[in-house]
Parts: sequence; C-alpha cells; structure tokens
Amino acid sequence: MNSTLKQRIAFGAMALTTIVVLVPVFLILGTIVRHGAGALSWQFLTTAPTNGMREGGLFPAIVGTLCLVVGAVVFAVPVGVFAAIWLNEYARETLLTRLVRLAIINLAGVPSVVYGLFGMGLFVIFLNFGSSILAGSLTLAIMNLPVIITASREALKAVPQPFREVSLSLGVSRWQTIRHIVLPNAIPGILTGIILEVSRAAGETAPILFTVAAFYLPGLPKSVFSQVMALPSHLFAISTQIPNISLQTRYGTALVLLVLVLGVNSFAIILRAKLRRARKW
Amino acid sequence: MITRDKLEKAWEFSVEKLVVLAGLASIVFVILIFTFLVKEGWRTFVVVGLKDFLLGRQWHPISSPPAFGILPMIGGSLAVTLGATVLSVPFGLISAFYVAEVASPRAKEVLKTGIELLAAIPSVVIGFVGMVVVAPLVRDVFHLNTGQTALTGCLMLSLMAMPTIVSIAEDALTAVPKRYKEAALALGATHWEYLYRVCLRAAAPGLLAAVMLGIGRVIGETMTVMMVTGNSAQIPHTLLQPVRTMTATIAAEMGETVQGSEHYAALFAIGMVLFAATFAVNFLADAFLHRAEAAER
Amino acid sequence: MPPNPNPDTHNQQPPKFEIQQLAVSYSGKLALKPFDLTLLRHEIFAIIGPANSGKSTFLRTLNRMIDLTPQAKATGRVLLDGEDLLCMRDVEKLRRRIGIVFALPLPLPLSIFENVAYGPRRLHTVPKSELPEVVERSLTEAFLWEEVKDRLDEPALNLSGGQQQRLCLARTLAVRPEVLMLDEPCSGLDPISTGQVESALQELKKDYTIILVTNLVAQAGRCSDRTAFFLMGELVEVGETDKVFTEPRDQRTEDYLTGRFG
Repeated sequence: MNSTLKQRIAFGAMALTTIVVLVPVFLILGTIVRHGAGALSWQFLTTAPTNGMREGGLFPAIVGTLCLVVGAVVFAVPVGVFAAIWLNEYARETLLTRLVRLAIINLAGVPSVVYGLFGMGLFVIFLNFGSSILAGSLTLAIMNLPVIITASREALKAVPQPFREVSLSLGVSRWQTIRHIVLPNAIPGILTGIILEVSRAAGETAPILFTVAAFYLPGLPKSVFSQVMALPSHLFAISTQIPNISLQTRYGTALVLLVLVLGVNSFAIILRAKLRRARKW
Repeated sequence: MITRDKLEKAWEFSVEKLVVLAGLASIVFVILIFTFLVKEGWRTFVVVGLKDFLLGRQWHPISSPPAFGILPMIGGSLAVTLGATVLSVPFGLISAFYVAEVASPRAKEVLKTGIELLAAIPSVVIGFVGMVVVAPLVRDVFHLNTGQTALTGCLMLSLMAMPTIVSIAEDALTAVPKRYKEAALALGATHWEYLYRVCLRAAAPGLLAAVMLGIGRVIGETMTVMMVTGNSAQIPHTLLQPVRTMTATIAAEMGETVQGSEHYAALFAIGMVLFAATFAVNFLADAFLHRAEAAER
Repeated sequence: MPPNPNPDTHNQQPPKFEIQQLAVSYSGKLALKPFDLTLLRHEIFAIIGPANSGKSTFLRTLNRMIDLTPQAKATGRVLLDGEDLLCMRDVEKLRRRIGIVFALPLPLPLSIFENVAYGPRRLHTVPKSELPEVVERSLTEAFLWEEVKDRLDEPALNLSGGQQQRLCLARTLAVRPEVLMLDEPCSGLDPISTGQVESALQELKKDYTIILVTNLVAQAGRCSDRTAFFLMGELVEVGETDKVFTEPRDQRTEDYLTGRFG
C-alpha cells in the first residue's frame, strides 16, 4: 500500500471519528426539540407552576435564573477584568504570578458540587446570608472567575504592544494608557468572556442546589436574600424528585434551558467571529 | 491644595493596588474553599480515621452506629471516570488531530463550533437525555432490570469530556512550530506520516494535559451521574450495575443531613477528597502544559 | 582613545545632555559600555552604527523606556539640564520632555485628528477648545497638514507609510517636548517621503534638540551637525559631522563609513 493511499484511509477514518464526536450534539438537540416543542406555549413561559408543578409554567424559574446570572456577572466581572489587567499589564513574572495562575487553573477545575459545599459553608451559613440569590450568585461568580480572567487576558494580549509603547513614550501614565488605548480595544473580547460566563451560570445545577435553589416557589423573589427557583434545578427536580410529571413537560423544560444556554453561547461565538474580522489593525 | 495632577497620581496609585488585590483574589478563593471544606469535614477523620474512611466498604451514615467508608463511592467514581476516559480519549484526540491538521478552514470553523456547542450543553440536560433515552436503551440491549448503570454514566460523561479534550489538544497541536511540518514534508514524508511520527511526539505534553483535564472534568461531574447511574453504594464489579460516585453522594444526601452532624461532616470530608483529587490532576496537567511551552522556546 | 566629550565651539549655550559613564546591561550582559557624551541644544545629533550597536538602547535609556524591560539596568549619570534623569521619579514628566518617533510608523487605531490630539488630551496640557489649533500646528510642523486637512476624521491607518510616519512625528510634537529622538525614522519610506521628513527636521532644529539614529550613513551626512559612531555597544567616535566623515580618527569608523562592513 503506498503512502498516499495510507494517508487517504487515515484521514478518512479521522473524519469519521470527528463526525462521531459531533453526532450526539445533533441527536440531543433533535430529541429535545422533537419531544419538547409541544410543551412550549406562551403560558408555559410566563406563568408559574401549579398543582405541585405538574401544570403551569416556568416563569419563576426563568426569572430566578436571570437573577442568578446577573448577580454572577456583577460580582465576577470587575474582579476578573482587574485581575487580568494586573496579570497582563502590571505584574512582572514572579513566583506570585505563577501562583495566581495556578490558583486560577485550580478554581476552574474544582467540581461543581464542591462549589456547592463551599458556597453553603461560607455564604449561607458562616456569613449568614441564608439560602439566597446573594449566596447563589456569589458562588456562581467565584466559579466563573476563571472564565472571565482567561477571556480578558486573551483580549488584553491581543492588543499590540506597540500601542502601549507609543502611549507611554508620550508621557501618558500606565493606567491612562490602559483606560484609553488597551481596554477599549479589548472590550469586545472581554464581552465574549462575559457572555460565556452567562451561559455557564445559567446551566449550572450543583452549586445552586444548596445555596439558593427552591423546588417549589411559585412567587417571584422579593430581595437578594430570597430563595428562587432556577431552570437547571427545576429540570432536575421534575426529573428525579417529583413523580407523574408528563414527559412532554420535562422535555419542554429541558428545551427552554437548552435554547437559553445554547442561544447565548452561539451569540458569543458569532460575536467573536465578527470582532476578529472587524479588527482595526 | 489638591491639584488635578495630584488627584490623578492618587487615582493611579489606587488602581495599582486594586489590580493586585483582584489578582490575589484567586489565591484567596482557593484557600477559602480549602478552609471551609476542612472546617466542616475534619471531624470525620477524628471519628473514623483517614484509612478507614477511604478504604471502608460500608457507607451507612444514618444508622447507629454509622459507618463512613467511601470505598464504594471511590470505586463508582473510578469506574465511571475510567470508562468515560477510555471512550473519550481516542475519539477526542483523533478529532483534535483532524480539526487542527486535516480539515479545511471552513470545515474547521464548523467543527469547532459544533464542539463548542457540545461543551455548552448543561450537565443536567445531558443527564436528562441519559435518563430518558440512553438508560432505557442500555437496559434493553443488555437485558437488565434497570438502565441506571455505570455504563450509562460512562457514555454520557464521555460526551462531556470529549469537548475539553478536543479543544485543549487542538491548542497543543496548533502550537507545534510550522517548521517541523515544513522540514518533514521537505524530506519526503506525507502529511499523515508527519502527523503520527513528528507532530504526535512534539505535541505530546499538551495532549497529555488535555487528557488529564478531561479526566478532571469527569471526576467532578455531579448532575449527570446523579441522573443516570442509579444510587447503589456498592463497589462495582461490572459496568452494568448501578453505582454511586463521590459527587452524587454529596449532592443526593446533603439535603437530608442535619447541619453539624457527623453525616454532614462526612459529606464535607468527601468534598475534601474530591478537592484533593482534582487539585492533583490540574496541577499535573498544568505542569505538562508548562513543559510544552518551555519545549517550544 | 576615548572620544572628546567637550562641546564644540560653534554652540555657546550650556549642553542639553551631559552623559557621564553611562552603561546599560540586559541580565548582566553589557549592551552599552560606559561612555561620556555631551549633546547640545538646537543641533541635529546623528548616531550611526551597524545593528546591535546599542543605538536603540541608548534612546530608550534617555526616555526611561528601558524601565519597561525588567532585565535592563543602567548605571552612570545622564544629566538633562543638570538633573540626573536616571534618578527622576516622575518618569511621565520626563517622557513629555523627550519625544520619540519609532522606526515603523505606528499610528494608534484612531482618526488622524485623535492621533495627534492624543498626547495633549491625556496630559491635559491644552484646554479642549484649543485642540484643533494644536493639531493643525503640529501637522504643519511635520509637513503633513496640507495633505490631511480635509480628512482629519478618517482613520489614521488609511494614510500611506510616509504620511503615517509624519503623523507620528506630529503626534510627538503635539506635546511640545524639548528633545526629539528619531529611531531610524525613514526605514521603509520612499525617497520622497524621506526627503520630506529630513526637511521637517531642518526646520525643527530651531526649536528642539534632535537625536537622529540612522542606518543610512548618507542621511547622517546630509542632515546632522554632529555624529557619533557606535559599534557593538561602544561609543567609538564623536565629533562634527564633516570632520567625522572626512577625517575619522578611528580606523573602525573609516571602515564603517566606507562600507567595509555594514
């Protein structure tokens, strides 16, 4: 067998393998859409569950998820962006920066349920926030800090070094350089990171199980100290804790969550592609 | 008198300090997580002792006297992790090679998007699909009583590990210097020969890191396993029986414990074990990635 | 034989720079061996030499841009109007006094107007209402005003290479420095653009001290009043340009000028 033929066979097998990796995406999407679309209705999305969650809709869960996502972003973005600025613009390569980067990798790797334990131990109990939007958002924020930091660092690195040198050589201070030259050109990339955080925060279950999630709370939250329902915990509850909920309702809930998360994610992907093309240098 | 100049200098100074604080926050959070796990969980080791905790075969946290052996859960986590790894590593690495080296630029865009979307699917949704579609399939194919098995867990978890492996491996492959390829081709090798003779070796540390990060993701997975592996705290002998992972134990039982009880502490102790395990895996993976970077310079 | 640091007689004012035993090293390796040098006001001072001679290092030391390179260390004294700039704490103020134009045209990703206005805006040296005036003046001094006066809001990247380089010159002039350093400003420019930059320099000499680093030996010969020759980190020779070019004291200088090495 000559080498060109070998190569063709090898590459063909590789292509097939890749397709196998991707087929599940379509299967999952397809199954959920097929079985869940029937559950979708205006009512489903805008009313509260009734009859022990067997009927009614998802509205409180949607609202709860939105609250948690907003909270997660509000807490994670300032810390994450400033940390990225420190790492990329101010800090020299020292043991400290290596430790910080190691810490970021570890934060990214901690299991979601351990975040749940931590959030419960620190925010719910020790700081006495109770099971609340505050506790849940803070937990989700810490969990997603690595996402923001990584995306922001990439965005900052992508700004060419000569721009900084030009600004500094004119006598402009470092922070002014960052604020007027570096950050404005890095904002698109940072935004992509924020959107990715949003999609992850919306889909996580384990961190919110012990810190905020309520399974049956048809009203809307009154303050940051309230518990809320959330889409992922709701899907979990109606799949495993509560019997006799129609399959279609469960598929419908999965569909809403999937559309939300994948929609936001796709938005981030498109935004990133557009920004790469629109680069001004 | 406060001049504009002085104000700006003060502002500049504060920003310099703020960014350092923000950077240190990551270290602070890691330490905090560790601290709180230990704070609530160390009591278990006083009651049970580390060896009996890790190797004990009986997990009866609410009987009297209670038994806190987590070997069955370690077994469950290992079984599911190993199975998912065996499935996802070959597919993941080969796909990474294809996407990084063989696919046309347009195909590459499409494939990478597909993989990103797979990575974005929430674990509870994958667990749900596993529960209503895959588990019944497994049950029917293998003629079991229930489809809630370790195998089902392996299948669903491999779906979650593959995107991680593919994207990090793809980064490692893209980082291989182009001159290696140019040299190999100039010497008469085909693209395929370059891939399995040169590229593989050059990217090896990064590929290893990718696998380890995939494993790290799987060990830490909670919702999917809770929904598809059943809940039997017994050491698994085959993949076709229900198992309990460490993560699922915490999530399933935390709601039923009394704060401050021994059961409560034991769950935090399991959290400590998980934290240590993923810390080790991530540390190793980072070391490999660092070696990969250093080798290029 | 060490070069003569005393100012030549054609200029009676006190020197702008007095450099005393300046040496610069990167991670312990010497990039500039210790030397003395005097730079005078209102002169065009050329620095010539092959690559890696330390010419750019010298410029970056004068405006303390080497601070950005953690492994770099400078010893000795560099007196700017009598004050040692290596010890100055307000580095930003120093950099306002010493402007630099880099080798590659580096417009900021802004409009032409905003590029030139960037310095005055950030440094608050000029009230907002006067910015258009400052921009026009700087662009005129850089011989660019006529070509861009109708399109100030266009992105600076739309300009040609030569225009971009003159834009960078205007941008540096807008903050009204005292010293102007140009690091191979005409590399990559066509002869016409090069001529325009050189004409601009002759005009600017009246108000600024100009340090011109150039690889083009002929350019040094054309433009400068005095010339220094650096080789492998060492200041080999310095003096009035005519003298250095026609009667070089050091054999190495003569070899370089006649092209025996490049």
